[in-house]
Amino acid sequence: MADTGLNTPISKMTAKSGRGAAFWNSDLVYSFRRSPVAIISTLVTVILVLTAILAPLIAPHNPFDPSTLNLMNGFSQPMQPNAFTGETFWLGTDGQGRDIFSTILYGMRISLFVASLAVLFAMVLGVTLGLIAGYVGGWVDTIIMRIADVQLTFPSILIAMLISGIARGFTPVQYRDEVAIWVLIIAIGLSDWVQFARVVRGTTLIEKNKEYVQAARMIGRSRGAIMLWHILPNVLNPVLVIATISFALAIIAEATLSFLGVGAPPTEPSLGTLINTGRDFLLSGEWWILLFPALTLLALALSVNLLGDWLRDALNPRLR
Amino acid sequence: MSALISVSELTRIFDVSKPWLNRVLERLPKRFLTAVSDVSFDVDEKTTYALVGESGSGKSTIGKMIVGLLPPSDGHVTIGEVDLAIERDKQKIDQARREIQMIFQDPYASLNPRWKVRAIINEPVAARGEDTNGLAERLLEQVGLSAEDADKYPHEFSGGQRQRICIARALSSEPKLIVCDEPTSALDVSVQAQVLNLMSDLKDEFGLTYLFISHDLTVVQHMADKIGVLYLGRLVEEAAPGDLFENPRHPYTQMLLAAAPKMDGFGREVEPPKGEIPDPINPPSGCAFHPRCPIAVDRCKAERPKIRQVGGSRVACHLAE
Amino acid sequence: MSNTVLSIRNLVVDIPTRHAVLRPVDNVSYDIAAGEILGVVGESGAGKSMAGNAVIGLLNRPAHISGGEIWLNGNRIDNLPREKLRRLRGKDMGMVFQDPLTSLNPLLRIGDQLTETMLTHLDISRSEAEKRAVAALEEVGIPAAAERVNSYPHEFSGGMRQRVVIALALCAEPSLIIADEPTTALDVSVQAQIIALLKRLCRQRGTAVMLITHDMGVIAEACDRVAVMYAGRLAELGPVREVIQNPRHPYTDGLMGSTPLASKGQKRLRQIPGSMPRLGRLPAGCAFNPRCPKAQDACRIDPPPTMEDGRAACLYPIEIEKKVPA
Repeated sequence: MADTGLNTPISKMTAKSGRGAAFWNSDLVYSFRRSPVAIISTLVTVILVLTAILAPLIAPHNPFDPSTLNLMNGFSQPMQPNAFTGETFWLGTDGQGRDIFSTILYGMRISLFVASLAVLFAMVLGVTLGLIAGYVGGWVDTIIMRIADVQLTFPSILIAMLISGIARGFTPVQYRDEVAIWVLIIAIGLSDWVQFARVVRGTTLIEKNKEYVQAARMIGRSRGAIMLWHILPNVLNPVLVIATISFALAIIAEATLSFLGVGAPPTEPSLGTLINTGRDFLLSGEWWILLFPALTLLALALSVNLLGDWLRDALNPRLR
Repeated sequence: MSALISVSELTRIFDVSKPWLNRVLERLPKRFLTAVSDVSFDVDEKTTYALVGESGSGKSTIGKMIVGLLPPSDGHVTIGEVDLAIERDKQKIDQARREIQMIFQDPYASLNPRWKVRAIINEPVAARGEDTNGLAERLLEQVGLSAEDADKYPHEFSGGQRQRICIARALSSEPKLIVCDEPTSALDVSVQAQVLNLMSDLKDEFGLTYLFISHDLTVVQHMADKIGVLYLGRLVEEAAPGDLFENPRHPYTQMLLAAAPKMDGFGREVEPPKGEIPDPINPPSGCAFHPRCPIAVDRCKAERPKIRQVGGSRVACHLAE
Repeated sequence: MSNTVLSIRNLVVDIPTRHAVLRPVDNVSYDIAAGEILGVVGESGAGKSMAGNAVIGLLNRPAHISGGEIWLNGNRIDNLPREKLRRLRGKDMGMVFQDPLTSLNPLLRIGDQLTETMLTHLDISRSEAEKRAVAALEEVGIPAAAERVNSYPHEFSGGMRQRVVIALALCAEPSLIIADEPTTALDVSVQAQIIALLKRLCRQRGTAVMLITHDMGVIAEACDRVAVMYAGRLAELGPVREVIQNPRHPYTDGLMGSTPLASKGQKRLRQIPGSMPRLGRLPAGCAFNPRCPKAQDACRIDPPPTMEDGRAACLYPIEIEKKVPA
């Protein structure tokens, strides 16, 4: 009765040792291995991000080098040889003969660049303010969180439009295209920090009453040191989850703003700009100009979002 | 022997009022909770002084005021020559602080889960920018763990081992006094014995002074050289363990001793104590224990007894003799 | 025993995990007779609560009973369907947990909780149930019971709440009460009140009680017999006076010796070296052998004999010699 496999670890199957095995068997990786959704969405995300980064190597054309464009190639249908030049484009071309596949790859670069910097900005801002609000408390907490509350009552896209509108108003016309991307990043970041701040504040309120924080206070460590070295490492798990989900939202927010014409300029088109351009051709039958960028956006946002959902469940011990 | 810490007329009042807006709308007065009220005692060097009491007795609040986690509302804590509340000389405060360390109740919450054991133990010294080379390893061996444990994280240890790590951290800044707030109440009996033995050994080895805060009379009896019994934030009796357990003089101490379960009390039928601890926001008038006291007289309702010397003990009861 | 209320036979509880199958309760057997209080004592991780939960049918998945039998009043209950077991809880088994708030619905008046429980399990009218609710509260020592039936749980202090939970556990007149650390969260003076109450009610009603606790003092004062558990197995079972004064299993001996009470006047406490092994990392043979001062080679090979042949599950039990005058 004692030898019913009580002490035989199943992990023997994976013949790895040391750190690798510890990583392979950690709860997070185990949960990942068991979740097809997580594996597929990671795969899709990684492929999309890699193709975006390596766009100059992969893309058959540089869509923004006018010298390589041939107007005769305009409105090529996907997978069909062009009536004039006989060239074949996987996903067709737009009115100026630009290869849609290439524009998508380059557009994704812009989208990902804007989304990652925006999330990073929101994260730094939100985590800092959340830590301060939670740890210092009192009127500092009240002020920070009331600002957050007020901001939450507006749709974040409205705030982003507002910020980008104001920034445009203050920027001289000749610089507008240059700063457009940065305005976009700040606008999305500023509309998104509240989530980080709220969660970090909540976790900080729990952590700051734990005895390890009291121990640090007792030896006379400063507030800043305690927040940075003691509390911050312990609030990072939820931050990671929010960052992932925010990243998906930021991709969509960027696309929305660009679609509305307040985002990435046509000289540096993102997925949103491409969709906006494609909209004009939808009714005239050139469906592929809209459809393929839209599908890419869908795949990207959905897979990152699913990844975030899985991460939230996997890091939450109560759901395990 | 000289007193290492001197606590005089220590009082702590917490504001437990509802938020301002609720108070105005519901026309509520401000509410105050007196957690510690006029407590005075001395802890002699190289002795163990124990504070016992049930929940709400203010024992942990006193501990926090002594280590400087909470400022007193009134009264003084003097460590050596330094009064932490009024001293302005930063160097003196820093010196006094490094002479006090604390061990907490919950060994799971008192170690930062993201830090390696080495960093945890070294922190009190490293925070002052001093050399910590080999310190954690040496201390780990001193508390009965091994030097290799310095590279592990807290979750790799059991409750008893974590409490050893807490003790190592407390020792790192070479303190004179360690405030122990229920250090073994989260541990199993067999592990509790290990930790208590370790603490006794370290006390002899390093010439430490302990302020031992506990609700467990048996642990206190074993560890303490002097015991202070608290009730509702007030010190009701102070005596050496022999005196206190053989001849308790305050009716509350008597009740507490009678109620504690005993290993040889098979099928013991005791008249259980009457009533419960009163609300500390509205404590009874006079002696706080008078509503539950079997021998209370009218004077107890009107006048709060001052603590006075009776035999070898100090007792705060009008009737004790 | 003819009046045996609860009988556990070779109970095994398993928790399959992805690394191994953990066995928090391993081949445990004991009986509780009517009117008897059986103490189940052990350190954290000994499996004492898990055994209690197995009896009530409140094991959280993936933990499950994988062997043995549980009999209540002559009926086997370990293989009952969930719904039947749920009816049995409350009717034939009452429960008192460490935190009284987990047993009380914060949104219902306590009087309603009592009457609902009685109406579910007893064949009485509502007005009768309401009368009995007041009587039940009076019985557990709640002052002004007639008015307090209309109070909500949060309006009571911790000790009073635990009294309400006891009233609730007893109101359907169960034959067995399982009390899991009922006084651990309470102050010493209130603990004494609750223990006295449990003892009195059980004697009056002839209820069998399984009192799960880690406090030797509580065991000594409240129980008739005591079962000592270690790493999921029974180490020793016997009359409380015998087990405490003349422990025969070296673990019991160490446990008793390491309480500060037992070593009055000594500078150092007796201590058991090491700590309880984690489940899944149990040593071969007797689970206690690495910490045992008397362990021999045989202890490291086979698990010790079970209780049938003696009081302690030990190959080399302590001989009864040092008769301490009681």
